[in-house]
Amino acid sequence: MTSLPITLTINGHRHKLEVDPRVTLLDLLRERLDLTGTKKGCDRGQCGACTVLVDGKRINSCLALAVSQDGANVLTIEGVAHGEELHPVQAAFIAHDGFQCGFCTPGQIMSTLGLIAEGQAGDDPERIREGLSGNICRCAAYGGIVEAIVEAQEKLATADRRTAA
Amino acid sequence: MRDFDYIRPATIPDAIAAAAEPGSAYLAGGTNLLDLMKGGITSPERIVDITRLPELNRIERLDDGGLRIGALVRNADLAHDAAFAKAYPAVAEALLSGASAQLRNAATVGGNLLQRTRCSYFHDTASACNKREPGAGCDALGGENRLHAVLGWSDACIATHPSDFCVPLVALDAVVEIEGKKGRRHVTLAEFHLLPGETPQRENALEPGDLIVAVRLPAEAASFAANARYLKVRERTSYAFAVVSAAAALVVDGGKIRAARLALGGVAAKPWRARSAEAVLLGADANAATFASAADAALADASPSGDNAFKIELARRIVVRALISALAGTPERMPALPASPFSNIPGARHDA
Repeated sequence: MTSLPITLTINGHRHKLEVDPRVTLLDLLRERLDLTGTKKGCDRGQCGACTVLVDGKRINSCLALAVSQDGANVLTIEGVAHGEELHPVQAAFIAHDGFQCGFCTPGQIMSTLGLIAEGQAGDDPERIREGLSGNICRCAAYGGIVEAIVEAQEKLATADRRTAA
Repeated sequence: MRDFDYIRPATIPDAIAAAAEPGSAYLAGGTNLLDLMKGGITSPERIVDITRLPELNRIERLDDGGLRIGALVRNADLAHDAAFAKAYPAVAEALLSGASAQLRNAATVGGNLLQRTRCSYFHDTASACNKREPGAGCDALGGENRLHAVLGWSDACIATHPSDFCVPLVALDAVVEIEGKKGRRHVTLAEFHLLPGETPQRENALEPGDLIVAVRLPAEAASFAANARYLKVRERTSYAFAVVSAAAALVVDGGKIRAARLALGGVAAKPWRARSAEAVLLGADANAATFASAADAALADASPSGDNAFKIELARRIVVRALISALAGTPERMPALPASPFSNIPGARHDA
């Protein structure tokens, strides 16, 4: 199969690419664009390590053909911080010892950004746990992650109020 | 993954013409298809990407009071549509009990109906599977089969249908709107999925090229909004397929059941509408004795297909529990753990 042309906006940068239709968004990010923060865990949509935001919504990039995402706006872990300044979610993960090894953490953070954008969980730990259940890891940092998400949401809400005022 | 041609038609007729060619597969959310392709379980020669087809991603209220859900509406968008969740709470609860948030953001309404079984022998290409390779035999019979079917199974196939969404849908008389080479037609969801018989490779009523364009709920489906629940028992409290699930919907007036709907998931090759149980419920007093009789009726024809006799008793109890939960009333807010039986026990939290 010949390659097909697509355009993707990734972390604010526009990319014109030719892709084999078999290439997933995950493999495109890692193998072609050297954006290796997004991790290939199970590669079957079960572990969440490959979570990215596409047009603002979290998805498993391992189960998305890159060619099918033509025209999309993609946010990966590399696009989350503002320069040297960490995003409040990243800072809260550090503060609450929510970091697992580097494999699961990027997906956990991207999934958290998706969860907050969805606005369904609030600060209810039970809803946060359910909302993050697509990110699986055995490193036992879950307790810290829940605390981090509660704190990050408070900080983001405070920042929103300041912006609005 | 095997090589394939990729096309992205701009119109429904173009999509149908392309998909009618042998070896073609439609791609929407891709959450199931790509998983199967990576495992070598299916290897389409042509992928017909329907994600850009116009007008298939709308939720429309119909003049007759019914609802029309476009096939490309994402599971998460439907479940979080406030008006939808209010009118059809058990359907929203089922949607939110399935998969993970990432998968629900990608998976579509039409694709959900076409999910393939999670039978491990179907997924293991080294095993014999009549569904994957007609005539090959069935290694699930006599294998690790504690999660397999207890209703409607055959000696050719004992796999179950994995969908949560389809269970309350079949209870509420949902209709599948299909566009094909000969035009548009409507098939009830109860008739859409097929029992295995001697042809387990035939899973539904679709003909080559047929495209699901929408799922419809009739006006009456919303009349159950006050007393409708979906309950799902799984091997962990979240992000797992159902061992057994049940959707129960009631209209109760003065202690009498004026209308009743019941369907089971995880028990058969299709979402299982329990009409015999509905007949027991209709007109009866809404109490535990009635619910137990209804559960007996729902499972009267059940038989183990292997090491799964426990599912019959489990299904009875889930039916009773779902009916008790429905009678107690639809929760004002979606439970933190949608469809979990633990949500309904005061003081019994999943993390306690």
